[in-house]
Amino acid sequence: MEFQFAYFVDQLINGVTLGSIYGLIAIGYTMVYGIIGMINFAHGEIFMIGTFLTVIFFMLIIGTITFFPLAVLIVLLMSVLLTSVYGWTLERVAYRPLRGSPRLAALITAIGMSIFLQNYVQLLQGARNKPLTGILEGKDDILRVKYDLINTLNAAGQPYLVTISNLQLLIIILTVVVMVVFSQIISRTALGRSQRACEQDRSMAALLGINVDKTISMTFVMGAALAAVASLMFMMHVSTTDFFVGFLIGVKAFTAAVLGGIGSMPGAMLGGMIIGLVETFFGAYFNQEYKDVATFTLLVLVLIFRPTGILGKPDIEKV
Amino acid sequence: MSGTSATMLELRGVETFYGRIQALRGIDIDVNHGEIVTLIGANGAGKSTTLMTICGNPRAATGKIVLDGEDITRMATHEIIRLGVAQSPEGRRIFPRMTVRENLMLGATTGDPANFDEDLERMFELFPRLRERADQRGGTLSGGEQQMLAIARALMCRPRLLLLDEPSLGLAPMVVKQIFDVIRQINQEGMTIFLVEQNAYHALRLAHRGYVMATGNILMSGTGQELLANPEVRAAYLEGGH
Repeated sequence: MEFQFAYFVDQLINGVTLGSIYGLIAIGYTMVYGIIGMINFAHGEIFMIGTFLTVIFFMLIIGTITFFPLAVLIVLLMSVLLTSVYGWTLERVAYRPLRGSPRLAALITAIGMSIFLQNYVQLLQGARNKPLTGILEGKDDILRVKYDLINTLNAAGQPYLVTISNLQLLIIILTVVVMVVFSQIISRTALGRSQRACEQDRSMAALLGINVDKTISMTFVMGAALAAVASLMFMMHVSTTDFFVGFLIGVKAFTAAVLGGIGSMPGAMLGGMIIGLVETFFGAYFNQEYKDVATFTLLVLVLIFRPTGILGKPDIEKV
Repeated sequence: MSGTSATMLELRGVETFYGRIQALRGIDIDVNHGEIVTLIGANGAGKSTTLMTICGNPRAATGKIVLDGEDITRMATHEIIRLGVAQSPEGRRIFPRMTVRENLMLGATTGDPANFDEDLERMFELFPRLRERADQRGGTLSGGEQQMLAIARALMCRPRLLLLDEPSLGLAPMVVKQIFDVIRQINQEGMTIFLVEQNAYHALRLAHRGYVMATGNILMSGTGQELLANPEVRAAYLEGGH
């Protein structure tokens, strides 16, 4: 009995960690959808670029900065900054010229940009895996420090120890902090109000003097920044990346956004958590190989019984 | 130049198209500093298009729009608004999922932040209903309350030119009177107002000057009194009760 509980807690920690990463990426999908009504299929690639920038920046500074937490902070800031530039450029180059054209054109462009960015990175960085472990040379040991939560015996009578690591704590805490900061930006700042205004009625927003193009650009920047935070977490957690890594994670984060209710920020985070937990628990209790099937089955079920997603609301208000 | 000439807003030969459909067929309109000018006409005459064209959405295909000596014909909408133009548009277009207060904050986008508290208080004095509803979402307001909010939102940036599109549409007579009183009051305080109305009687009585519009053309213009007395205007827009 106690082992069952311990195992559950263990998987719960893993699921929440993974869900945090999905959730942060999902917000990028949901914000862009909210403001311009398009699915930015290249967002997974923005995340992928974030993972490469994480590797590159660690390579550049790990020799000079010996205090590891400081190195992480610097890499995080630099990667957020540069990934945001990619997000901004993507919108400026590929999507803005298509504003006002049929949705299908924007969708196809997004898929095209996704393929382009994959090939761009493959060309520049090569197709092989890029591991972070070799670069860090154990300097990240502090993140592997574990705290015992439950100490028990498994069914076979061997010791079973449930722990939470500094890295898992860092991921969960950083996600909470980033979420709080972003929801405050959306709900309380002039930028956030402009974003919500553009979401609800873009031409009215312009009639109030809001620069709609700039507001949309900022939305891409914010989405990319969150993806960069997620990519740092991902690299610390999984430690290896390649040019194609954004595809499956992007699809899952997109699924999370739809599951939570596309257009809703809390929905994206909730959807990310659910996907992370379902994937982890299905893998832990049933079948590791079919965990993705479980995830997407859940999506299909939600779309059948609640097409607007869990927190998405059908637009019934009079305008 | 700015503020010195009598004319604040000048439209010369303005033509506007929606796709291939021509909505404005070369109109000339002047609005002088401190005036209330009204544009009356039937549904589909092009009144709302005129207001939207002034704001650059849609943009005039030909002709010229000048605001205080500055050519604004090719400017982006938000840049025109930043020059001190505000519009309470057709259909009110309140942000339904934002509170009344947030709608008013958005109205103050181009205003001086230092004036915000004072202006908010003033809007609540002009429209006490909005104070009661301050933290309610825009979408939950009644039509009349939304109209008040649309006007208040436009006033929040202290515009030099206020464009009002059918502020009386669909409102109870009591509310119409209240809104027209507010328009007169803010004009007396110095604001220039360009008012589009179907309610020709009220609009002409309120306005210094008026233009009559039909199928994308200006048919005639004159002072409010002249147009009120004009037999054609009476027959087309005033007879049959007001």
